[in-house]
Amino acid sequence: MSIVVNEKTPVIVQGFTGRIGSFHAQEMIDYGTNVVGGITPGKGGIAHLGKPVFDTVKEAVQQTGAEASIVFVPPPFAADAIMEAADAGIRQCVCITDGIPSQDMIRVKRYMIRYKEKRKMCLIGPNCAGVISPGKAMMGIMPGHIYKQGSVGVIGRSGTLGYEAASQMKALGIGISTSVGIGGDPINGSSFKDHLLSFEEDDETEMVVLIGEIGGPQEAAAAAFTRDYVSKPVVAYIAGLTAPKGRRMGHAGAIISTQGESAAEKMQIMEDCGITVVKRASEFGSTVAKVLAIIKS
Amino acid sequence: MDIHEYQAKAILAEYGLPIAQGGLAYSPEQAAYRTREIGGDKWVVKAQVHSGGRGKAGGVKICADEHEVWEAADEMLGKRLVTQQTGPKGKMISRLYVEEATSITAEFYLSLVLDRCSERIMIVASAAGGMDIEEVAKNNPQAIVNISVEPAVGIQKFQAREIAFALGLKAKQVNQAVTVIEACYRAFRDLDATMVEINPLVVTEDGRLVALDAKMAFDDNALFRRQQISELRDKSQEDPLEMKAADRGLSYIGLDGNIGCIINGAGLAMATMDMIKDAGGEPANFLDIGGGASPERVAKAFNLVLADENIEAILVNIFAGINRCDWVAEGIVQAMNKFEIKIPVIVRLSGTNVEEGRKIIAESGAELIIAESLDEAASKSVAAVAGGGA
Repeated sequence: MSIVVNEKTPVIVQGFTGRIGSFHAQEMIDYGTNVVGGITPGKGGIAHLGKPVFDTVKEAVQQTGAEASIVFVPPPFAADAIMEAADAGIRQCVCITDGIPSQDMIRVKRYMIRYKEKRKMCLIGPNCAGVISPGKAMMGIMPGHIYKQGSVGVIGRSGTLGYEAASQMKALGIGISTSVGIGGDPINGSSFKDHLLSFEEDDETEMVVLIGEIGGPQEAAAAAFTRDYVSKPVVAYIAGLTAPKGRRMGHAGAIISTQGESAAEKMQIMEDCGITVVKRASEFGSTVAKVLAIIKS
Repeated sequence: MDIHEYQAKAILAEYGLPIAQGGLAYSPEQAAYRTREIGGDKWVVKAQVHSGGRGKAGGVKICADEHEVWEAADEMLGKRLVTQQTGPKGKMISRLYVEEATSITAEFYLSLVLDRCSERIMIVASAAGGMDIEEVAKNNPQAIVNISVEPAVGIQKFQAREIAFALGLKAKQVNQAVTVIEACYRAFRDLDATMVEINPLVVTEDGRLVALDAKMAFDDNALFRRQQISELRDKSQEDPLEMKAADRGLSYIGLDGNIGCIINGAGLAMATMDMIKDAGGEPANFLDIGGGASPERVAKAFNLVLADENIEAILVNIFAGINRCDWVAEGIVQAMNKFEIKIPVIVRLSGTNVEEGRKIIAESGAELIIAESLDEAASKSVAAVAGGGA
């Protein structure tokens, strides 16, 4: 098992025929992802990269049985594309787009409440690198070759920092069950907490790595959730110890605005909840190796 | 994006927020003239800078006649105002807002923010007006009223009334408060704001509610559909390097250290800065060159980092996913030649096309310090600066 996506999951690409969508769809196909088609409104009926193109997500779902979608739609139209996926019955939606207005995301989150738990969509991102279950499938923009298949679950806000962690682990022979990028926006789809629960229930995952940063309440919520509900070991890193208060550090959501949002405070909260804190970004691999050794002994 | 007080007041007044009569001035003469337009016998001259805490820093002066207004304006204009929020450099005062002075019987705090916990617009109010709300939140949290707005239907009058009564407003003022809160909410929603703050909202001697100060900030990601807001941008209030970076698609924040950073990805950039600090050094900046960076963009990043006078070494740390190490390497070589860089440059490349990238660097003959890992990147940068100083 793995979470979110595996080699069988039928995936469609929203914004399929655009330059960025085409490039990454091809990378995903090459990696082994079961891409069954794509959507570009107005281009329905043609074939692209050897897969059918549809005008609407609903049509694509009906004809291909797609369960997951990845969104490469530009910021002004991305929120609409996410809601279209939710309404069409997509279960897992990854949104790569960076720069969606916050109020659009408020609307998306409000819209998604309308569906009953049974058919509710899990949104991953926006402004993320996507999801990869190494050796099985990739729904994202990461370089697939730096990930080794294995038993560590990864959840992170940052793309490149996730790559750093994955490559440090690979260098030590440690593999990943699934790596999920939840994105750097202030209002995002699923949180650390949602995926922690999936990893807790996943047989293949032995431990979880959280890669957080300054700003927002989600790291603290994940810490409390880990303390109360997660039996597997959890390791966490928080970026931004040197970040000044009130300044936005690249990611729209990376800004310390209230108490409890700085890296030092988040690290303390993590430690208080029994999570092993990775103190330096160069120690992802060694810290995970230590924890795995304890599990195995 | 931030705007000035006078701009926020003009916007909010259109939505129905009551404000005092006032006018803008670019010179002492204009400021003095405004007093005649406005009328009355007491005025407030307020420096228009993008910062709170102006009063304590001498950016707000109460004047009893035209001459005092002229003097206050003459003293403020062209000066840099240093507040608790601006840093030691302060911000240039090039506009003043002259307003009729208001006699006050009570002060309140009112703001609307994007709340990341509820993922909704939240209204925050307190009877402790005029004070730093973060202090109140820390020392006296029960003095703060919070109400979150259901996005599908927007703010309801009963919610606004709940806030008004919780603030202890008299029955006469409750309806006025409803108008104020609805106005702020509609402006927030319609214009893609991220913050509206009225501090203080006051009750005047004749029982009217008036916004004495107003602040608004907007969602940069939504500016594509808010042209009228983009036009309110005042570049004189921004850091010149940060502005230059933003105009080139780079995300840059200047800091006090001496190790310049050129990195891809916000998370990796923050983590690298933390590593430098941990190794005993001080980063000079945050800089994310983003995904798909061309050699030209990398060279531009060098240009930007070199503009900081305190730089003693540059660290390039790239983990290429969408990026390509060979392009980054070409950019580094271009920059080394073009800018004749004399200070040590430390380079760590990883990810897509890393072999090609390393080859380009080796063949260029450029004097670069190569680091194999994140650890080495940080320690070699710190060592390079320490060596240069010795």
